[in-house]
Amino acid sequence: MSAPTFGVVVFPGSNCDHDAYHAVKHVLGEKATFLWHKDTDLQGVDVVVLPGGFSYGDYLRCGAISQFSSIMKEVVRHAERGGHVIGICNGFQVLTETGLLPGALLRNRSLKFVCKQVRLRVENAETDFTRRYEQGKVLQIPVAHGEGNFYTDSDTLRELEDNGRVVFRYVDENGEATEAANPNGSLNNIAGIVNSRGNVLGMMPHPERVVENLLGSDDGLGVFASLAESITGSVPALS
Amino acid sequence: MFKAIVTVKLRPSILDPEGKAIEHALQSLDFQQLSDVRVGKEIELTVDAADRDAAEQAVDDACRKLLANPVMEDYTIELQELTS
Repeated sequence: MSAPTFGVVVFPGSNCDHDAYHAVKHVLGEKATFLWHKDTDLQGVDVVVLPGGFSYGDYLRCGAISQFSSIMKEVVRHAERGGHVIGICNGFQVLTETGLLPGALLRNRSLKFVCKQVRLRVENAETDFTRRYEQGKVLQIPVAHGEGNFYTDSDTLRELEDNGRVVFRYVDENGEATEAANPNGSLNNIAGIVNSRGNVLGMMPHPERVVENLLGSDDGLGVFASLAESITGSVPALS
Repeated sequence: MFKAIVTVKLRPSILDPEGKAIEHALQSLDFQQLSDVRVGKEIELTVDAADRDAAEQAVDDACRKLLANPVMEDYTIELQELTS
């Protein structure tokens, strides 16, 4: 299959869209394009990226208004066809509001906006989003959010845990999922989950911000490289 | 025409950290008799509907689709008939 194309959705208030575009296009060397929220066509992209930011000013609830934009109707259709969708930070909030992922992202337990480097353990390295990582590897990736406190009912939580759908978990320097390592109060230190079909991932941390050593780390690049590999079936050459 | 007041609050099973912070502040002000603080939001709207049932149904539909997120929030609807 030819090189994959990543489409980065731009909502009014998105602010990590250019970082995601840069990660894919300039660091990974794959094709990337922006998709405006009023567009009604995904332009044939293979992967939809819902970026971080404050879409529609986070009015009402984070991600609540974005779910009704024209582009999201197409994103839902893309996901239903088995197309890949990754939601980062505000993008994760949009995915839960849309119902493509279960649960909700509540206000951080601390009530404060948390902006810092955290450690994530790769809980499932067999997804299309993580196949370039080793199982159990601990990554350093930043978080920057006020509403990242993952919540769901206990049945759904069990379903996520029992089926390897918790993809990333907040851990400490020893790789342990402790209370102290949990930046926002998320249930079971959950930082990222995947849908049952495995083609939609949401995560609060920002892999697009750590894709080259110039930025301090390239721990996040594996997410985009994994997606490229999953779509083409070939391994992209990383510099 | 009706005026609707929708109150949206976190479900009782969900910790409300904002309510907790306010509760702690109240206690530090010696309001020992005040507890169980929960914070919500109130949304006012005008409903153009023939009768109370139709108005209630329209607002309830809006709550389920947009105004509240049933995963984490409960809502109540209060309707007042507007006399023109």
